[in-house]
Amino acid sequence: MIWESWDAFWAMGGYGPYVWGSYGVVLLCIAIEITSARAAHGASVQSVRAVQEETDHDTTP
Amino acid sequence: MENFKIRWFQWAAPQSFYPLAGRLWPFFGVIAAVLALAALYLGFFVAPTDFQQGEGYRIIFVHVPASWMSMVIYLAMAFWAFLGFTFNTRLSGMMTQALAPTGAMFTFLSLWTGALWGKPMWGAWWVWDARLTSELILFFLYMGYIALTSAIDDPRRADRAGGLLALVGAVNVPIIYFSVKWWNTLHQGASVSVTKGSSMAQTMLWAMLLMALAFWAYSIAMALYRVRTIILVRERHTQWVQEVAA
Repeated sequence: MIWESWDAFWAMGGYGPYVWGSYGVVLLCIAIEITSARAAHGASVQSVRAVQEETDHDTTP
Repeated sequence: MENFKIRWFQWAAPQSFYPLAGRLWPFFGVIAAVLALAALYLGFFVAPTDFQQGEGYRIIFVHVPASWMSMVIYLAMAFWAFLGFTFNTRLSGMMTQALAPTGAMFTFLSLWTGALWGKPMWGAWWVWDARLTSELILFFLYMGYIALTSAIDDPRRADRAGGLLALVGAVNVPIIYFSVKWWNTLHQGASVSVTKGSSMAQTMLWAMLLMALAFWAYSIAMALYRVRTIILVRERHTQWVQEVAA
């Protein structure tokens, strides 16, 4: 362990806000990207189902 | 050789690429997570304090990999756009589009982490030097690509217009990379170079390279995931997509 305490770790020698501001936003962006990609995929599956229902409806006499 | 050639074009059909991408993305996702954890451990618990920049230098472990990916992804987009123009394959345009959001994200992160590094070290969040300005232009190119392709309703026309922007914009990538050599920039020169090796401590270098590989795997996973979404939307009227979704 190169840190004397967890407090020292979070303080980052006085650079804490800059270091954690960087890593925090990286994590946030990745979380947002994954969430929105999943939502988009769900919506695309829905759009396929919508086409399916349309064609089902058309073929019913 | 003939077989090999046929196989490559076979994967270029959305119908056969869709299940392949579905099997591959979780694999790259797991690799990304494992490498990122290893990089964070090395970067925060093994790499020593920098004698000049103290603990503030630890931003490098995300700043440099994010900047590399911002350029690599744009070149990958230009590559797919080129394939699209050459072979007129449908998948090429879809891959170009699937890569763009992740590339834009890494470009934003490069600028953001750069600002948070610049403030304590240079005393400024932003300066209009060649490296920073050309990276900002890259961000606008990504945004322009996304806006252009989403503004055109016909997917094939959107692919062609976007592909042209991806190809022309690729000129900016070597400008970013060599800007620190060509102009007198406030931004420092490369710490890692193909010709001269590295000027960094071994553990620092490893943490940075592992994170770069993690971002690389993450980008591949995201592109493969997103291309499946694009395939479903574009081919939703085809028989095979209807069967997949059923």
